[in-house]
Amino acid sequence: MPMHDPRPIALRVNGQCVEATIDARINLADFLRHELRLTGTHVGCEHGVCGACTVLVDGASARSCLMLAVQANGRHVETVESLANGSDLHPLQQALAHHHGLQCGYCTPGVLMTLLELSRETAGRHVTEAEVRTALSGNLCRCTGYQGMVRAALEFLNNFA
Amino acid sequence: MKAPPFRYHRPSSIAEAVELLATLDNARAIAGGQSLMPMMNLRLVAPDHLIDLGEIEELVGVTESEDTLSIGAMTTQRTLERSERVARDCPLITAAIRHVGHQQTRNRGTIGGSLCHLDPGAELPVAAAALDAVLIAIGRSGERRIPFAEFSVGLLSNALSPDELLARIELPKAAPRTGTAFVEFNRRPADFAVVSVAASLTLDAKGRVAHAAIAVGGSFEAPVRLRAFESAGVGQRPEAALFDLAAREAEAIKCVGDDVYPTEYRQELAGVLVRRALDSALADVESHADA
Repeated sequence: MPMHDPRPIALRVNGQCVEATIDARINLADFLRHELRLTGTHVGCEHGVCGACTVLVDGASARSCLMLAVQANGRHVETVESLANGSDLHPLQQALAHHHGLQCGYCTPGVLMTLLELSRETAGRHVTEAEVRTALSGNLCRCTGYQGMVRAALEFLNNFA
Repeated sequence: MKAPPFRYHRPSSIAEAVELLATLDNARAIAGGQSLMPMMNLRLVAPDHLIDLGEIEELVGVTESEDTLSIGAMTTQRTLERSERVARDCPLITAAIRHVGHQQTRNRGTIGGSLCHLDPGAELPVAAAALDAVLIAIGRSGERRIPFAEFSVGLLSNALSPDELLARIELPKAAPRTGTAFVEFNRRPADFAVVSVAASLTLDAKGRVAHAAIAVGGSFEAPVRLRAFESAGVGQRPEAALFDLAAREAEAIKCVGDDVYPTEYRQELAGVLVRRALDSALADVESHADA
């Protein structure tokens, strides 16, 4: 497809500097997936409801379908690919697997990034179930019923973070 | 779906943004994008030019004078949610923001964006209505102060001229002996409100109502103030009989229902939530009195 308004951007993605020229209308989720081939970030509803595309932008969670890639210029974007070290899962990922906090896995990347933000904001203190449920209210999961996800989050947040 | 094509502009000053708004056809300003991006992705709107206000530093931040807080339009909801100054001087805003979207949207969503978008289900316009917020618009011909009561001109439509942008919002600091409450009903927490109520109640030294401001939102084109109750209540004791007057006024506001929430349901809900909000605002005044 021809570009209508090509824009050069420079940002960091998972610690790596990235430069690209992209059409202004391309959202951050599609930039990550199609241009950088970071397909861990999933696209569900494309209008900000489901939370599957949640990434961290300068440490703050954001719906990457509601942000243009050009708006990430100069910023640091963290995606789910930043978590595991090769085949060694991040303790948060291990906890989700252990507690059956995922089934189909579609919402999981967004859930992980939401919980990563929560873990940084609450580091060093006890986190309540209500806080976890409030944080996860922005991530729709149609498989698990959230019980395992909440158990996993509490175990991780109160033991590792 | 994806947003249709547009030309992207990233002004770094209010003056530059105003010039773009004034000279470009079919241009839209984008604040946090938490409403406009979905509307573009769903192809409900298709601007030819998108003017991103995200790099204009003079639109961000909270300043105060003796009796008002002045909030830059591009200040994020998350910043306001965490602001101790806002919690102290304008607690109704803090209470309302707890109901606004999710953290993932509050991190980018702004107070100015929400007020300009005027979604009937949004919370910040209801709080702004109850607080008699003054909106400061800047256009080619300079600054204009718009009382919130004059800001809505129809569904999802604000009173800004095509060359104007909302620069900041002035909110009065809560007077002594003031209690506030924000209550809403929806089926899932953080969803848009079916009905929401913002209440501010100030008592005099004898414990009678000195000032009351109640705004009801959610089921109406724009927030509605309970003016009859507000004027009748002054000098009265804040008790159930008086609050019933407010509830009856709320139940009489015309609205259009649907299959899920019929008109009668919404109207009864408005009455119930107004009573709850007033009870809660009164308890809030009393909790300050104890302190």
